[in-house]
Amino acid sequence: MAEADAGSSPSSVDGGGGGSVQNDYPTIDPTSFDVVICGTGLPESVLAAACAAAGKTVLHVDPSSLYGSLYSSIPLPSLASFLSPDPSPPSSTAAAPDSHTVVDLQRRSVYSEVEFSGAAPEPARRFTVDLVGPRVLYCADEAVDLLLRSGGSHHVEFKSVEGGSLLYWEGCLYPVPGKRQDIFIDKTLGLLEKRTLNKFFNLVKEHVAAASVSPDEAGEVDASAKIPEEDLDLPFVEFLEKQGLSPKMRAVVLYAIAMADYDQDGADPLERLITTREGIQTISLYSSSIGRFANAEGAFIYPMYGHGELPQAFCRCAAVKGALYVLRMPVAALLLDEEKKHFVGARLASGQDILCKQLIIDPSYEIPTLDTSFGGPDLKSPRKVARGVCIISKSVKQGSSNVLVVFPPKSLEEQQVAAVRLLQLSSNLAVCPPETFVAYLSTPCTDVSSGKQCIQKAMHALFSPQASDGSEGHLETADESTVKPTLIWNCVYVQEIRQGTSRPLLSCPMPDEHLDYRNILESTKKLFTDIYPDEEFLPKKSAPVYADDDTDSE
Amino acid sequence: MHGRPRRPAKPEDEEASSAKAAKLRELQAEVLRNHHARTYTKEAIGLSFKLLEINPEAYTAWNYRKLAFQHNVKELSDPEAIKSTVDDELRMVEVALRQNPKSYGAWYHRKWLLNQKLTPVDFKRELGLLDKLLKVDARNFHGWNYRRFLARFMGVPDEEELKYTMDKIRDNFSNYSAWHNRSILLSNLLIQQTKGFESKQKIFSEEFDLVTQALFTDPSDQSGWFYHLWLLAQTSTPDNPQLIASWPCNGAKFSSSLVKEKVERDKPIWSRTVPVVLYFNEPVKGVNQSSVNLKSDLEFDKDFNWRPLSMTNSGYSNCWATYLQIANECSSSQQYSVELSIPCSDDIVSRSGSNYNFPVLFTFTIELISNDTSQDTDLFDKPVAWDCSESFQSHGNRDPIPFDLLNNTTALVQEDTNWHFEKLSEEIDLFRELSDDDSKFVKLTLARLLLACAATKSRGRSLVERKGYCEEALRLFIDLIPLDPSHKQYYEDERSIVLIDKLTCDMETFMKHCSVQVQQNLAPLNHVKLCRLSLTRVGFAERLLWVQVLDLSHNSLRSVEGLEALQQLVLLNISNNQISSFTALEPLTKLISLKVLNLSFNKIGDHSIDKTRYICSSPFSHKVEACEAFEVCQKENINVEEYWDAILFFKSLKLAQLDIKGNAVASKENLKTLVMTIIPCLKWFNGERVN
Repeated sequence: MAEADAGSSPSSVDGGGGGSVQNDYPTIDPTSFDVVICGTGLPESVLAAACAAAGKTVLHVDPSSLYGSLYSSIPLPSLASFLSPDPSPPSSTAAAPDSHTVVDLQRRSVYSEVEFSGAAPEPARRFTVDLVGPRVLYCADEAVDLLLRSGGSHHVEFKSVEGGSLLYWEGCLYPVPGKRQDIFIDKTLGLLEKRTLNKFFNLVKEHVAAASVSPDEAGEVDASAKIPEEDLDLPFVEFLEKQGLSPKMRAVVLYAIAMADYDQDGADPLERLITTREGIQTISLYSSSIGRFANAEGAFIYPMYGHGELPQAFCRCAAVKGALYVLRMPVAALLLDEEKKHFVGARLASGQDILCKQLIIDPSYEIPTLDTSFGGPDLKSPRKVARGVCIISKSVKQGSSNVLVVFPPKSLEEQQVAAVRLLQLSSNLAVCPPETFVAYLSTPCTDVSSGKQCIQKAMHALFSPQASDGSEGHLETADESTVKPTLIWNCVYVQEIRQGTSRPLLSCPMPDEHLDYRNILESTKKLFTDIYPDEEFLPKKSAPVYADDDTDSE
Repeated sequence: MHGRPRRPAKPEDEEASSAKAAKLRELQAEVLRNHHARTYTKEAIGLSFKLLEINPEAYTAWNYRKLAFQHNVKELSDPEAIKSTVDDELRMVEVALRQNPKSYGAWYHRKWLLNQKLTPVDFKRELGLLDKLLKVDARNFHGWNYRRFLARFMGVPDEEELKYTMDKIRDNFSNYSAWHNRSILLSNLLIQQTKGFESKQKIFSEEFDLVTQALFTDPSDQSGWFYHLWLLAQTSTPDNPQLIASWPCNGAKFSSSLVKEKVERDKPIWSRTVPVVLYFNEPVKGVNQSSVNLKSDLEFDKDFNWRPLSMTNSGYSNCWATYLQIANECSSSQQYSVELSIPCSDDIVSRSGSNYNFPVLFTFTIELISNDTSQDTDLFDKPVAWDCSESFQSHGNRDPIPFDLLNNTTALVQEDTNWHFEKLSEEIDLFRELSDDDSKFVKLTLARLLLACAATKSRGRSLVERKGYCEEALRLFIDLIPLDPSHKQYYEDERSIVLIDKLTCDMETFMKHCSVQVQQNLAPLNHVKLCRLSLTRVGFAERLLWVQVLDLSHNSLRSVEGLEALQQLVLLNISNNQISSFTALEPLTKLISLKVLNLSFNKIGDHSIDKTRYICSSPFSHKVEACEAFEVCQKENINVEEYWDAILFFKSLKLAQLDIKGNAVASKENLKTLVMTIIPCLKWFNGERVN
């Protein structure tokens, strides 16, 4: 599915030849389903797979010709139109059959402050851009388990972020040691830092081992290895100080391993401080990810051809289980049962009305307000994340293809309140041509301009602007390894983040500010149990059996 | 591969294994039949394959295959056919290794095959096999052995192999095999002075840096500590063996009384045995008449031998002695000077193979005096009282104590000491930062570093510093005893040695333990008293070579090893210690002058099983010939089988006084008979007059 082409999906009903002529919309039969899902973002696709696996009849439509909605990977030339879409065409409000009311559905713009700079190298089509970047999967996280359980892993390949993680600290990049061997090799660590850091990792390891033992087996494991409860409730940063970690080591653990978003040293609202419990949970995931797959170095993996492959993989699982797929099929309106205050179907762009028991829509649609009794959608202003996409000339870490860089709060400027994360990807992931690299950046922000500024600063910290005379390669006499990569092209924008809701209409979560899919999948799972409290969410046996059992990455 | 708990076998497993055993027995019998009948047919060889496939430990089957291979390959002339036979055999070994990657027989068979040199060896394939194997278990020492074998076979430069060890250590530093191979390769490279390895200092500095990275990352991992200990040993000992003490020492002047031995043709012959002792810093061999020159105007039997004073048969010893038989016709006092020199010698080599290259020359003077014969007979006529001695200070005579024994060699010993000392100090500072961890390795390494530092400080300067290092090391050993109880005895022994070092390293402290023993009817004797110090063993014997009276009572001695060097020793008190057997006293049998021995209140005979008895020379180990003493004892109705160790011990001693009360063995009735039978010259036994 290299091209993420809808036509390659075996069970999709193609609207015909890629044209968007309204007349070409296919007619769908049957006209009634258990579930109708609009939009093929990751949560919708996972729900489609879960519903199909639970034996429900599913119709899954998407207005685009690509899978993925807000989670898709798109060719670079299409990025501008995707980030600033034309207003959706006015829908035809024809009379509804029976007693249903027709509620027009509007798309909303999720992106703002879009800013491009530089010229993308040709052929620009060879660059595939993630809308959810920077994002990776932990080898041991829920997303990988879901892929394995659902059989989705047969449709997507992964490569490891083999260059590991780097921490930007006092203007330089330092490797993030993830395991004992890394600590040993890392020449930038002092001997005592090595000691305290490995000791801390061991402490966490022993705690996790002791905590994972059920009470009846407890005799075999030293219960004293557990970290005391009062320490688990401490802010993680205080606990790290207690363990004697130096400020740099604390930054490594907090922002590059425990993936804290906000400044943990600041006097910011307490809710932004992660507790020891949370920190240890992420570290435990991180270390169990290392070495889970023999051929994956480090903790993180990335899907070949981009993150858009993931929703597609789940859609295929759903299709295998009988879900019906129609791409290039917008939903024009929803059908509402006025009496029950309940949506009972959707009117497709073709004009066909489809009835269903459960309607699920993509978060890029404005959720219609029914009346005040339901309460408005998200009254408070939504969270925001500033994102950046760059094309650069060489790797930030010599000899490595795929690398994660973390800029802890205050490392770029005094006003930087949140960590900036950067993921650099190479051509071995088939997201860009050889000799170029793609880098994604993101940072959560409340203030749009300061968020964008942090992204810009991070870019400038690592990359040098392209010389205007185009002679950049010839002036360099310095050692090749000390020369910064050149920033060839970049795009910075802000995305709002809305949570998934189940009322008045089931709407899935948007891509969040995190590095992984854990929170998104958690709320997706919750949505599923809201609809079908008695069904298991993608049980293991739902995986179709394939001849080759090559489920691992790469 | 490592650290997996063994699970108890389930009943069905046992059934399966007994079925497997039955099948194996059958196969084994058949293979043996073929072996005896020298049947080397294809079917017969196939059977051995089947056997080895299931059980690669069947050594006879490997031998059978070797014979079969040799037999069959002899008949082949076509190189292709030979190659395919060799290949089949190699594949066979691989099958066996898959079953058990640690099969000695299989690995040996492969080496043997390659050594036949019948076909060119496909090194690529061999290395590929090894890589696969070491990926599965990087610590399989068979694999590492084979790698060394291959490297030698192929002539791979040691530098490349060194790089390989680094790769493996980078993968996972808890790899004892990789560290070990590194130590071997580095030793070779340094000895051969390979390009890039000319400077021991530079290389060892880098290695120290590397290993401390591992140690600080995970102090609980043992492999790095062992490598560190190796590095430390390389850094703290001089490359070549050195003479560190002698008796008599340079410039010594002493008198020796001649004894009228016999009368020949109406002329009395006066004679005397004078021992000369050389003490080296490490065990050496090759000390003989040609490597050590002895010149004197004194008449002595020129046919003397240098003998190692050691309890092992290795031929290596720290301590070497010769006994000059002086025979003089005249009894008048005369002075003779003796000159002893050891030139650079390729004969004298240490265990690591480095030769002696610190030439020394020293002289001493012997004054021969004739003794009053009557006095001689009175010697040790009265029981020795162990507390009547006066200190040196009051005696005012310091001459007999030869401190700074070999001034002539100290200058030579200075080489590189500064670098060693700096490096060691750095390491000490580093490990002090780790010492709050309560890790036994940290404490032990720190203690060894401190002692190595102390040793470099021993040459003349900085005695105060030296004592400081000793004090800290002592504290560490005392901490270690409760921390690591399974090695308690080792730590106690180390502590004892350090304590002796501390007490004897400088004149002032040592003096407090020295005195001159004044016994009735005896010339004043040099006396050292090291009582009530909880010593478990003896160390620094090289500082005690001149001692004539040694009191080690009220300690916890389990061994007296080291005392064999004290050829001047006449009186020894080791009462109230933990000596548990006569075999533990074997070093005393080397003391030719020992006359008075106090063994009272030890543990001899306490335990029915004497562990040391089984590792010592005994009639049962066929090392010791049955001797006359056994027959004599048998005549006295003494059970030789029960008392062989006592018999062997006492027969080598010419004691005048023995005290053995307070030992379990002393309560046995016939012990006294035994002692009196074997030592006819004994005058006092357990404080009672005998004879």
